[in-house]
Amino acid sequence: MTDAYASWGHYPKLPQRAVALSWRDQGWPAIAGEVLPRGNGRSYGDSCLADGGTLLDVRGLDRFIAFDPSTGRLACEAGVLLGDILELTVPKGWFLAVTPGTRLVTVGGAIANDVHGKNHHRRGSFGNHVLRFELLRSDGRRILCGPDLEPDWFCSTVGGLGLTGLVTWAELQLIRVEGPWLDVETLRFPDLDAFFALAAESDRSHDYTVAWIDCLARGQDLGRGLFMRANHAPTPSGKHEAPRGARRVPFTPPVSPVNRLTLRAFNELYYRFPRSRHSIQHYLTYFYPLDSILDWNRLYGQRGFVQYQCVVPPGSAPAALRRILDLIAADGQGSFLSVLKLFGTMPGCGLLSFPRPGATLALDFPFRGEPTLGLLDRLDRVVMDAGGGVYPAKDARMSGEVFGRTFPDWEKLESMRDPKVMSAFWRRVTLDARR
Amino acid sequence: MRKVLIVGATSAIAQATARLLAARGDRLFLAARNLSRLEMVRQDLAARGAGSVEVMALDANDRSRHAALLAAAEQAMGGLDIVLVAHGVLPDQKACEASVDRTLADIETNALGVIALLTLVANRFEAGRAGVIAVISSVAGDRGRKSNYVYGAAKGMVSLFLQGLRNRLAGAGVQVLTIKPGFVDTPMTAGIAKGGPLWAKPEAIAAGILAAIEKGRDVVYLPWFWRPIMLIIRLIPERVFKQLSL
Repeated sequence: MTDAYASWGHYPKLPQRAVALSWRDQGWPAIAGEVLPRGNGRSYGDSCLADGGTLLDVRGLDRFIAFDPSTGRLACEAGVLLGDILELTVPKGWFLAVTPGTRLVTVGGAIANDVHGKNHHRRGSFGNHVLRFELLRSDGRRILCGPDLEPDWFCSTVGGLGLTGLVTWAELQLIRVEGPWLDVETLRFPDLDAFFALAAESDRSHDYTVAWIDCLARGQDLGRGLFMRANHAPTPSGKHEAPRGARRVPFTPPVSPVNRLTLRAFNELYYRFPRSRHSIQHYLTYFYPLDSILDWNRLYGQRGFVQYQCVVPPGSAPAALRRILDLIAADGQGSFLSVLKLFGTMPGCGLLSFPRPGATLALDFPFRGEPTLGLLDRLDRVVMDAGGGVYPAKDARMSGEVFGRTFPDWEKLESMRDPKVMSAFWRRVTLDARR
Repeated sequence: MRKVLIVGATSAIAQATARLLAARGDRLFLAARNLSRLEMVRQDLAARGAGSVEVMALDANDRSRHAALLAAAEQAMGGLDIVLVAHGVLPDQKACEASVDRTLADIETNALGVIALLTLVANRFEAGRAGVIAVISSVAGDRGRKSNYVYGAAKGMVSLFLQGLRNRLAGAGVQVLTIKPGFVDTPMTAGIAKGGPLWAKPEAIAAGILAAIEKGRDVVYLPWFWRPIMLIIRLIPERVFKQLSL
């Protein structure tokens, strides 16, 4: 039992034990009781935690199987990190079609959560670029899945939170790029209306769009922030250096430095900080700024933090976002990283894929017990009334009612779930949803 | 581009080392018992950029095939620059105490098979007046302890053999590198509770092996802090040491 298998948000804290897998041919491990496949543990809440069972640590399945630089098809084991793929393929002119905000996730985890990125409006989510994968069931069956190959198993496993069995390997379609560089534009916007206008315009001109917002701003400043849009760029002339190695937060401070005062100061300064509108950035800097601070989650202290990401449909988005930001600002529980983006219309291929048309807002809150949980419950109401949903990969607390209503296909996934697989998240939300 | 033979190529440390070699374009020849797992490692290293990768299923205890292995590796790669010997088992000390056969079998795998192979490699490199012999021994070979002296005795034999070999081959310009890892988080040590500052990842050990080869080192402790730790452990008088629970 070890803290090494805590979830990324360090909340909830459930004791975990794990068995490491090393070979994709080794078969279903002989373990009594329930298991849960686990990648690199970047899920924030309890979807990567076993509930009394045993984690299957998949990180030892970290071998490439084949990469064809003429077609951009890459096959690898499920424990390969997205960052390892980029290291191999970017020099040969290929990039992940979809990447989340950290490269420290496994391919298996990216499939299980059908992760999305700043280019959702162009490319959809991760599962849209998975050509096939192998699913190992606890009865020993190995099922080769693809969009046209066992589509039921494919759709329940993409976004299926690891519950349908163990993905042992996968084949991905990468996209062509000229090199590691991006042409990035950063624009300050004064309020939410300005965000929607900028997003609509930028989604036509740019592959990648995302905004940081100052979630503590109120009144006429509500929803102000910085809009970042980018396209892959040819290698620039002149001197541009790849970012240096990462630093690590060495320990978890007893008292978190993230508090009302530092949050307010940070948000104000970040908004005001003068920056040049155009820059050429390395993909590591642009996509993965937080990966350069290893173990940054420790900054939230011993009690950890909760991440909240919701999506609200286009029609109700402006009003719902205003209400959400109002509730947060009134509560004073700000977030360092408030990220806002418009999803596109490409449907996810998973039964439980989170992305859907509308605006998605991601926030993190230091965990303070009841006040934090109460605020998030109020946000859930707004999201549910707007017809939206909350992201399971980041959740540690939504009620079964919210989950059941916003992911109506959950019972289909339940019917495809491997009888030996269970997560703390799934037990929590489905017990509740059945009531 | 170096031509490298790796014996025990499916071990975690060997795989991590081979990835570093592949990334710089070296040609590789891999030997291990399990052919399907060798094939998985081969695919991985080919994708990572190895100049070439070929494999041969081999039980390192089968001494009759050692000469054929060296010949096949040399032929496949058009020469041989580095031999990395990485195979081995972590014996169950208690089971060994109860069984002479197990004790001898584990010593066979960890020591005699290694020595047999190295005898052939040494003659080849001595004749060619070049080459690198890198062998994964262990800090456990530095002093016998009750918790794993069967393993320690075998590794100690390997370390001593390498010391003599180094002395013999120094004049011929052949590097003999004794690698002494401490606790490494690998499938071999799956039965041990891990964690804490003494445990290292195979990737870190691999980087240390490569650096030691490049610098022409003789003996390397990995990570480095095992050198002072083992120095202290070796200095404890036997009269005291025999009372300790180590």
